[in-house]
Amino acid sequence: MSSSEFQIELSQVTHAYKTKDGPLPVLDALSLQMDKGTFTAVVGPSGCGKSTLTRLIAGLLIPDEGEVYLHGEKVKSPRSTVGMAFQNPVLLEWRTILENVLLPLEIVPNKLTKAEKEARGCELLSMVGLQGFENKKPSELSGGMRQRASLCRSIVHRPEVLILDEPFGALDAFTREDLWQIMHSIRVKENITTLLITHDLRECVFLADQIVVLSGRPATAQYVADGPLPMDRTLEDLYTPEATKLLAELRRQIQIAQGRNDEGEAA
Amino acid sequence: MNTLLSRQFWIPVAAIMVFLLLWEWLVWFNEWPNYKMASPTDLGPAFWKFKGLFLEYGWQTLWRTIAGLMLAVVFGVLIGMIMGFSRIMREGLYPLLVGFNAIPKATVVPVIALIFVGQDNFNTVLMAFMISFFPIAVSVSIGLSTLEPEYSDILRSLGASRFTIFWKIALPKTLPEFFGALKVSVTLAFIGTNLVEIIQPHGKGLGFLFDSGKISADYPLMFAVLIALAFLGIVLFYIVVVLEKIFAGWSERGS
Repeated sequence: MSSSEFQIELSQVTHAYKTKDGPLPVLDALSLQMDKGTFTAVVGPSGCGKSTLTRLIAGLLIPDEGEVYLHGEKVKSPRSTVGMAFQNPVLLEWRTILENVLLPLEIVPNKLTKAEKEARGCELLSMVGLQGFENKKPSELSGGMRQRASLCRSIVHRPEVLILDEPFGALDAFTREDLWQIMHSIRVKENITTLLITHDLRECVFLADQIVVLSGRPATAQYVADGPLPMDRTLEDLYTPEATKLLAELRRQIQIAQGRNDEGEAA
Repeated sequence: MNTLLSRQFWIPVAAIMVFLLLWEWLVWFNEWPNYKMASPTDLGPAFWKFKGLFLEYGWQTLWRTIAGLMLAVVFGVLIGMIMGFSRIMREGLYPLLVGFNAIPKATVVPVIALIFVGQDNFNTVLMAFMISFFPIAVSVSIGLSTLEPEYSDILRSLGASRFTIFWKIALPKTLPEFFGALKVSVTLAFIGTNLVEIIQPHGKGLGFLFDSGKISADYPLMFAVLIALAFLGIVLFYIVVVLEKIFAGWSERGS
């Protein structure tokens, strides 16, 4: 029986994909806990099952073994208290930016009037620096701007849990750093329990309270660390001794997960 | 606005003028008599002489083509949806559809004429439908089956039903492909209508007028019918273009 003190809890989750060459195990007895309002980043080698993890928490997949709990309830199907954003911003090209952001409110039951919905959408858009773009079409925006709109869409319905699957992965380095800061300000303001999947170690250190390194496939939690930065943080904090030390340790853990030794050669 | 009008209206008109002039010149240069090839200047008198028939038969051809096309849209979208959403149905239906489409429709005319004896309107509409639904079914099925999973995940993760996902995302996203196919289907539907009107004459439509021109060796009339058909095809095509602009204009990239 699971305790309900955690917002998100995975208990001994094992999952395999069915392929024509038989089952392909992706997760092996993975356990994770996330407290309410915290930010957890998950890193790991390519193809280690990180995206599977997001789909399990979102209820889009049911694990073969083990349980996933959201706010103490076992996840059996998707639920409207979850928000998701992906590497591909998947904005609907025939809708304006504001209409895209408001899409979840058309699905999730709510008592908001049209004006209240629009006010909420505009508030989020200005929070990410997109004021004035409400009525533009996605094709008129740059990649970074589309990803900001996608972030707004993922939280417009005030989800309790936010799942981000490499949302900044396709952006250039400077745009990415901008979005880290935006993401952090969102997280401070909206108090959402967030799970971020990423390949970027600096991204984990900047954003997360808890960092989980997954082992190679089938993945399990190989290393867990606390984020070292204060809540009131800037990009400069990434260059403090604590942050640098953690970065070095994360890099070492990734190499272990990839089955390599310290010199980067296959063990 | 002015330049847009000139681009979208006057340039096509000028192109048609150039085409007619070349045609006229070709007939004049080769000194072809009009039983070999009528020239554009022969067409005016032909249209005028049979203006009543052109209006009546043109209307018959037009409404039956549009009726066939609308059936093709309904069934094409339906079959496309079935094939787009179900892999088993897609794999099962594809060879059947391709085989059906490969049959020369001229050979089907006598068959349906026998099955539905005397049902002229029905037969004609049926043929226009049969010849034009294939591109629509294929494009809709491809549009739906190639929808990136993230697109449905953004709604599915909120607990949206399959129908909501189809209505809000899959359908609008498939519209550009659908209209591309509809443009092909418009001209195909005219071919279908005229196949029946010419092969199984029943005294209706421009195809019948063409056939009577042939019997009475009125070559300018035959060419006039061809031009009338081309004109109707162009009109219907541009109606589809306007609908596309309204419903799928978002897919156009700014120039």
